Amino acid sequence: MTSAEIPASGSGPIVERIAAARRTARRLWRLEFALVWLALVLGIVWVLAATGNVDLEFVQTWTPFILGGVGFTLLVCVSSIIGAVVLALLGALGRLSANPLINGLASFYVSLVRGTPLLVQIYFVYYGLPQVGIILDALPAGILALSFNYGAYMTEIFRAGIQAVPRGQQEAAEALGMPSRLVFRRVILPQAFRIVIPAIGNEFIAMIKDSSLVSIIGLQEILWRAGTAGRPILKTIPAFLIAALFYWVLTIIFSFFQERLERRLARSDVR
Amino acid sequence: MTGNDLQPAGSLPPHVGDVVLRAREIEKYFGHNHVLRGVNLDVRQREAVMIIGRSGSGKTTFLRCLNFLEEPTVGWVEIDGVRADANPLGARDRGHRERVRRLRLNAGMVFQEFNLFPHMTALGNCTEAPMRVRGLDRRRAEELADRFLAKVGLADKRNEYPSRLSGGQKQRVAIARALCMEPRVLLFDEPTSALDPELIGEVLQVMEELAHEGATMIVVTHEMHFAREAADRVIFMEEGIVCEEGPPEQVLNAPEDERTRRFLRRFLNVE
Repeated sequence: MTSAEIPASGSGPIVERIAAARRTARRLWRLEFALVWLALVLGIVWVLAATGNVDLEFVQTWTPFILGGVGFTLLVCVSSIIGAVVLALLGALGRLSANPLINGLASFYVSLVRGTPLLVQIYFVYYGLPQVGIILDALPAGILALSFNYGAYMTEIFRAGIQAVPRGQQEAAEALGMPSRLVFRRVILPQAFRIVIPAIGNEFIAMIKDSSLVSIIGLQEILWRAGTAGRPILKTIPAFLIAALFYWVLTIIFSFFQERLERRLARSDVR
Repeated sequence: MTGNDLQPAGSLPPHVGDVVLRAREIEKYFGHNHVLRGVNLDVRQREAVMIIGRSGSGKTTFLRCLNFLEEPTVGWVEIDGVRADANPLGARDRGHRERVRRLRLNAGMVFQEFNLFPHMTALGNCTEAPMRVRGLDRRRAEELADRFLAKVGLADKRNEYPSRLSGGQKQRVAIARALCMEPRVLLFDEPTSALDPELIGEVLQVMEELAHEGATMIVVTHEMHFAREAADRVIFMEEGIVCEEGPPEQVLNAPEDERTRRFLRRFLNVE
């Protein structure tokens, strides 16, 4: 259906007619694409309505309250992704270190954190650490747990990114007499960052949703508010559906910016 | 002059000065593979030395041993009074690493694959090490960079990123980058082997000018015509040793060693 035909007759030279046909085909493609989305969304709404889960009065009353959690969700996510990037950078340096002590610490961190559930880690930070005298509020506890967890996954991303910088870059810098720290900071790291930016974006999208887990320690983000609104009046499903919608919209917004960033990186002069 | 100097075969060309680079008994193993079997080299100020030989003869490895991008297994290198001894286990030895770094300050290197920093402009590539390693201020470093970019004919490309340059232009920027450190010796590792044939000329021309202006250089090359034009001395290597060395007319036109003759016969037939 989207295959284009070059109009046999028509005005202008052939290249222009081809370009026009391509434009038409592209517009058609976009239209079909949008229709598919529209049909699926309407389908979901219809199913929900048919099963009696769309309670307009409840939605009207409680949506603002649940919406109020978006700020908290974003605060947790942005803080945690920053913490995770710092930890991942340190972790990746550790995993690439020739020093057995540093390398051992880093690989232990990655193994332990990747090998245990995030939920357990959140519980541990909030309820476990006080037993050794470290008492954290819910917010720093949640951010700490998410940072540690994502830092471990991103350690491997950063390590791969650093290793993906061609060997010749390091050699060129070393041949200029740059000490290893400078080589890393000025030559390797800027290039590694460009390589890992799409992956960091992916992790951020995953984190938007995983941040819902910190609701269990009472952080008033989207999911906590949804539960609090819905549970007392036995409307948990509509409440969670509203929460789900917010998460989805957040990821769509973020994906949009991520895609633009990636396109700019792909086009940029420096790759 | 110490008794340690090697006398190049034949008489010295009149323009050369004192010995700048000394390499003694360089041996290199890759695993059990004995790639260099004891190579000696003295290079005098303003001398242009070209190393030829078939691939696998060890010529590139030898060049890379001169600035310790390849750590020699045995032997030592001295450039402008800074001496570094082979230390195959020295990767974590701070003193050794610092000696090697200071050695490299006197040896500019140009790579087959250019290895320009893709995230910096031509100017940035040329000012990075002078500013951060030699400690020049920006104004002075840019003056120097502009001078050498003009010398390689790329004054107008100073603000371009490497991805916008042709292979020949990239290699000329790489030469300017090496010159900006004002090294005592320039090391060229097959600088035209990665270039399209029509771009080789512009790079060789720059190198020939440098040689005629009295730059001290060691060039690993397959360009026999260039060697004949620009070399003061040609070294033929095979199986990790120097088979023959002398003025280009002698080594290239009237080789005494049977292996040199065989190599040149095959090489010139192919050309």
